[in-house]
Amino acid sequence: MARTVTTNRKILNTTIAWAIGLLIFFPILWTILTSFKTEAQAINDPPIFLFFDWTLENYAVVQERSNYMKFLWNSVIIAGGSTVLGLIIAVPAAWSMAFVPSRRTKDILLWMLSTKMLPAVGVLYPIYLGFIKLGLLDSRFGLVIVLMLINLPIIVWMLYTYFREIPGEILEAARMDGASLREEILYVLTPMAIPGIASTLLLNFILAWNEAFWTLNLTAVNAAPLTAFIASYSSPEGLFYAKLSAASTMAIAPILILGWFSQKQLVRGLTFGAVK
Amino acid sequence: MATQSSRSAARLMMAPAVILLLGWMLAPLITTLYFSFRRYLPLRGGDQGWVGFENYTRFIGSSAFWPSVQTTLIIVGGVLVITVLLGIVLALLLDQPMWGQGIVRILVIAPFFVMPTVSALVWKNMFMDPVNGLFAHLWKFFGATPVEWLSQASLQSIVMIVSWQWLPFATLILLTAVQSLDGEQLEAAEMDGAPFIKRFWYIVLPHLGRAITIVILIQTIFLLSIFAEIFVTTGGAFGTRTLTYLIFQRVLESQNIGLGSAGGVYAIILANIVAIFLMRIVGKNLDN
Amino acid sequence: MYFSKALCAASAIAIIATGAAQAETLTIATVNNGDMIRMQGLTDDFTAKTGHEVEWVTLEENVLRQRVTTDISTKGGAFDIMTIGMYETPIWGANGWLVPLDDLSDDYNVDDILPAMAGGLSYDGTLYAAPFYGESSMVMYRTDLMEAAGLEMPKAPTWSFIREAAAAMTDRDNEINGICIRGKAGWGEGGAFITAMSNSFGARWFDEDWNAQFDTQPWKDTLEFYVGMMNESGPPGYATNGFNENLSLFQQGKCGMWIDATVAASFVTNPNDSTVADSVSFALAPDNGLGKRSNWLWAWALAIPAGTQKEAAAKEFVEWATSTGYIELVAENEGWANVPPGARTSLYENPNYLEVPFAQMTLDSILSADPKNPTVDPVPYVGIQFAAIPEFAGIATEVSQEFSAVYAGQQSIDEALAKAQAITNDAMEAAGYR
Repeated sequence: MARTVTTNRKILNTTIAWAIGLLIFFPILWTILTSFKTEAQAINDPPIFLFFDWTLENYAVVQERSNYMKFLWNSVIIAGGSTVLGLIIAVPAAWSMAFVPSRRTKDILLWMLSTKMLPAVGVLYPIYLGFIKLGLLDSRFGLVIVLMLINLPIIVWMLYTYFREIPGEILEAARMDGASLREEILYVLTPMAIPGIASTLLLNFILAWNEAFWTLNLTAVNAAPLTAFIASYSSPEGLFYAKLSAASTMAIAPILILGWFSQKQLVRGLTFGAVK
Repeated sequence: MATQSSRSAARLMMAPAVILLLGWMLAPLITTLYFSFRRYLPLRGGDQGWVGFENYTRFIGSSAFWPSVQTTLIIVGGVLVITVLLGIVLALLLDQPMWGQGIVRILVIAPFFVMPTVSALVWKNMFMDPVNGLFAHLWKFFGATPVEWLSQASLQSIVMIVSWQWLPFATLILLTAVQSLDGEQLEAAEMDGAPFIKRFWYIVLPHLGRAITIVILIQTIFLLSIFAEIFVTTGGAFGTRTLTYLIFQRVLESQNIGLGSAGGVYAIILANIVAIFLMRIVGKNLDN
Repeated sequence: MYFSKALCAASAIAIIATGAAQAETLTIATVNNGDMIRMQGLTDDFTAKTGHEVEWVTLEENVLRQRVTTDISTKGGAFDIMTIGMYETPIWGANGWLVPLDDLSDDYNVDDILPAMAGGLSYDGTLYAAPFYGESSMVMYRTDLMEAAGLEMPKAPTWSFIREAAAAMTDRDNEINGICIRGKAGWGEGGAFITAMSNSFGARWFDEDWNAQFDTQPWKDTLEFYVGMMNESGPPGYATNGFNENLSLFQQGKCGMWIDATVAASFVTNPNDSTVADSVSFALAPDNGLGKRSNWLWAWALAIPAGTQKEAAAKEFVEWATSTGYIELVAENEGWANVPPGARTSLYENPNYLEVPFAQMTLDSILSADPKNPTVDPVPYVGIQFAAIPEFAGIATEVSQEFSAVYAGQQSIDEALAKAQAITNDAMEAAGYR
């Protein structure tokens, strides 16, 4: 869209957009700032914005109390594992829906999405009992499976919409050249769908990272991710804003950084077939 | 194009996903249905046999039931309206030429990366606290009495927190749609002297229809089950008890699995009503 | 010669080997209160003494309750030791879910546990959880503000005095509220306070046939008094204030009086956190001349789920954490004011501890609480700020939500009481009492 605009208009756009952007980002910024204050400064009246005695004490206290790396590692494994596993299962399914559609394809897709509507807490006891029987309680593997199942419908849906944008003729040509189905998917389809697959991967990684019901209720020590880490700082006795901020910053920083580096990718791919 | 063999191959490749999801749906669904007909009190000796429809009548007969359905719909509806409207505005704005577009975009999508628990904790303590919260300081600065957000404007507060989390998602999807707009058509309309409102109404909005549908569909699925935001902020008090939260209270606080399971069945029914309603719209919009 | 040396070496190896085989890793679920966090920091002492390692699962109170209840009622076995309260212990003990603590070592001296605490943590005469710390509730007040108001706090005040004093201390322009008390929904938060308070007004949850009593005058009196007093002299937003919120208000000097858990005394008198540390004094929780005071009784205790593979090691930990030795360890590291209070008689006979300003008042408060006869009129349940029946937590949370809506001005006292009555009777019917 190469529209020419006056400089005045551009200044106006920039000002408004930055103001709104900063406003939306402010709660995160404020949390990060607070994490470097002392507890007393965190509740100072009037609030101090920048000119306080910057301290790393809160981070030291949090690190001393809980083994952050262990929680972080669990989050990475669980979110990463469930996303990758989900992709492995979803790619073939999305392929067949996109390229060999039947009358029921749309119904199946919508049904898949509807499985996400069962309220999790209603099935806590059955799932918990099942986990005990299978010995999956407090295991990363169990959580990988659960989160994969929770996000599978979204993964299938997203991949399906990307695959549909790929012209079927190209695949057909590959088939004419004697490519097997496996080769067709691996060497022709997948490379063409890389942007779509990448953004699917990112979105689901974020969703799995932030999932806070199952990750909290099905873990104790070994598999506890950052959502459990936060639960030990949420309302302790005494002043806690600064320590809560430090713990919050530690919990969201990795995903925030990942998100920022990959935001172009995420923006490009996150269409859900909305753009034709 | 599809041959017989590719059809059967297609079925084979869909099988893992379909079977897994079928299992994931059916196993809990069947156990929920089973428990909903039983008197199951873990703290009182566990499963004590059949009670027929007693749990169902008790759950729906409780004074908390209808208000919770209403609360659920208000929260879902409120968040949808806010995120879609603001999302369109933001998407149009971010599409304009400006300096530092990339950075602004990053700032706008950042809330999407924040865990619901964290965002609820931050909003509740550091912004909405009536004494030490930033809003209270702001109100006092302007000489107003601080608002007691989580008790006096509880629903609005929760809608605001959840909207903050989901606005980036709506903005992103709408932004990709805006970017695919035919610029020449817009320019031609502008040349013809069509005012902004008209251009927006007749060209932009129809183009965004599909994206809006997607936003509504995906968000509804997630919003129907929001939990952490309520658990952390009000604990279900002050009229913020959604159906999901009511079920949580029955299952975990009252330790009545039978009653909670009956609630779960109602929640599934509600979700399906909403779903059918949505599918009607979405189905039409997605067909072409 | 050779032979015996070899034998010695072999047996030494054997001892090391068996020692190693017995060294366990215990998983302990606990609440993120200050005393428990301190205990985590001192775990090395336990490991050095016994060789057992400890893994902590530290959670916020509500999450902890939800987590451990799910695990114990499904026999999940995720934890070797759970931190539970006086409410859960007798119920779980009755279900056979906890390991009875009837064979603790002689060194541990189980008879030293305060009888009120041991009583509340037992079922049928058997101890099922060892108290880590115990508490009652009392009035904490600012001596400077009280003096400025020209009043003197009696050792055992009445509610009408408290209300009068609160009004006199209130200075809204300077953000000083005469009284801070809990109004937050939740059975362990505002629910606990209003229930304990209602006892002194002659109210009760149930009559002897388990009929809800919210349609009686004493409940109406309680709520009217509470709302009246808080509107006159309470902080803004008191309907969402729990223990934590009030603690930070008091520490910032924004409250004249605060009626809450006795353990808070060590926080408000700690000059590192509290701006009013040197002008705080204490009194018994108020009464209304009906023979019952409005103080509660609570203990956070360590219990071992039945069926754990590591029972022996878990018992060692429970003994370590609730022993007099642990109290001395904390005193050595952090000073006597920071030891876990309210669990052992010997602590209150220790001259070092009695120098701590709140020690005697804490003990007096604990001793004046009687969970077996909590109310003016007889009741079928045990417990002061709760009724030790499985249904109570769920019912009281919903009832306290209705009350909090009154505090926020969203409904009238009569409406709330009518709803409370319906909620309670309905839940009791569902549980098969009526």
